[in-house]
Amino acid sequence: LSRHFAASVVEHHDVNAGFRLLTLSPDTPALPPEPGQFYMLQANTTFDPLLKRPFSFFSAADNTISFLYRIRGKGTRALAALDTGAKLSVIGPLGNAYPLPEGDYIAVAGGIGIASLYSLLGAVPGRALLFWGARNRNELLMPERIEPLVKTVVMTTDDGSVGEQALVSVAVKRFLDDHAHLPVYACGSTPMMKAVADVCAEAGARCFVSLETYMACGVGACLGCVVKIRTQEHPQGTFRSVCKDGPVFDASAVIWEGAGD
Amino acid sequence: LSNHSLTVNIAGLDLKNPVMTASGTFGYGEEYADFLDLNRLGAVVVKGLSRQPKEGNPVHRIVETPAGMLNAIGLQNIGVKRFIAEKMPFLRGFDTRVICNFFGDSVGEYVEVAGMLSATDGVHALEMNVSCPNKQAGWCVFGTDPKVLGEVVSSVRKVCTVPLIVKLSPNVTSISQMARVAEDAGADAVSLINTITGMAVDIKTRRPVLANRIGGLSGPAIKPVAGRMGGEVFNAVKIPIIGMGGIFTAEDALEFLIAGARGVAVGTANFVNPSATDDIIDGLHRFLDAENINDINDLIGSLHRS
Repeated sequence: LSRHFAASVVEHHDVNAGFRLLTLSPDTPALPPEPGQFYMLQANTTFDPLLKRPFSFFSAADNTISFLYRIRGKGTRALAALDTGAKLSVIGPLGNAYPLPEGDYIAVAGGIGIASLYSLLGAVPGRALLFWGARNRNELLMPERIEPLVKTVVMTTDDGSVGEQALVSVAVKRFLDDHAHLPVYACGSTPMMKAVADVCAEAGARCFVSLETYMACGVGACLGCVVKIRTQEHPQGTFRSVCKDGPVFDASAVIWEGAGD
Repeated sequence: LSNHSLTVNIAGLDLKNPVMTASGTFGYGEEYADFLDLNRLGAVVVKGLSRQPKEGNPVHRIVETPAGMLNAIGLQNIGVKRFIAEKMPFLRGFDTRVICNFFGDSVGEYVEVAGMLSATDGVHALEMNVSCPNKQAGWCVFGTDPKVLGEVVSSVRKVCTVPLIVKLSPNVTSISQMARVAEDAGADAVSLINTITGMAVDIKTRRPVLANRIGGLSGPAIKPVAGRMGGEVFNAVKIPIIGMGGIFTAEDALEFLIAGARGVAVGTANFVNPSATDDIIDGLHRFLDAENINDINDLIGSLHRS
């Protein structure tokens, strides 16, 4: 089974304004992904955009892989234009996976970060206490698919259009007062994950973050996507590839200065 | 496939085909072993090695540009000792040529690393990266000053027991002059081009996108520049040329071979298509079949023959 394959678009539709759900079918048998892994996708065969783009997978079935994504730049605009039947070049699954929790756990999603965490919610259903933050109602994506998989959900928005008008890390901090024994899994923007990592460190909770950076190769060759990680050998931090050593890291090891985009 | 030959000889070293990987785009080989059979490659050229492990530049390190990308990785690598101990046993398991790219920040470091690598079993050739700053000479780049280039190449030549390839920087007034300097100093081959210095600006922050401010441009955008320089250097030196710069397809590789390159290196294309080198080798076979050419050497340099 190759991790480099051609795939066809079997379904592709808008979720909310600026967000789409893409479902691919690999043309040849592909490896099943583990929760938290990602794929490099490329819609075009011209040289602009040149590079593939990394996307966490949203869900996977027997012969399909789905991606929930935000239209953000050149690469995602090219992707968004694909019709059913269109071909893509795909590399994946890549990177490490979320270490699966044994029992209840806290999931913290920021905006499109739900795309990565959805695979974890599906793998360990009914045990997640989900804290879900977004800029506004439009960016709380697919609640009808998310809510059946979780035990409880607390929503926050920047504009107060849904739930509490607060940063999601504020809601998490409050909850950790009594629940710091639960593991925390966070995916969202870099400032959001840093804030969650900080409140977890303060409360003494174990926290895993799934980082996002610009990537060229996705396989640990180009060293373009690195982030500083503290290790036993390098207590001051050493560069690790988000694509190969991550994207999931123990938050307490991440040096956030300069991390991510 | 028919019985035509893709074998080329570069500085006494036979390669089963002219296709190799460009340093810095293929890790230490193992990163791509899942995606293609490394035995098919003419040579694997590994990520640049230094005496001590190197952390490289701060992030942000890469940015896409039209038909290309800028990188400022800063030569992050595990160091020559760990490479020999941890990566060479894997590479020795393949029937391909292993070419070790290396660099230093002083002539002494170049000499030391070259000595260690060329004494290592399974290392078939060395490629010198001279596009890095010279600490002793006020950080000017080795490969842009003819006198400094001549010194470092001749010093390395004395300790290097395998073919020595000098990788030339395009960021000079005359790359032919630099190629001649390398040849006179004892280089067995030259490879060109390294990346072209460039910059991208973030219009929101009014700052360079890359933390290092400037980076090296690679990808299809630089192919015509690399092709022009390859043709020029062909006329300037007698030693073999390894051509590179934006090679994505067999047709791209053929352009370089026709312009005089004895070997071709595939770089940025590996990121986009991890089996790019494999596809290019297939394409070379198809072209020779279609054109009824028995030996790829009949094609090499044909641009310069009337």
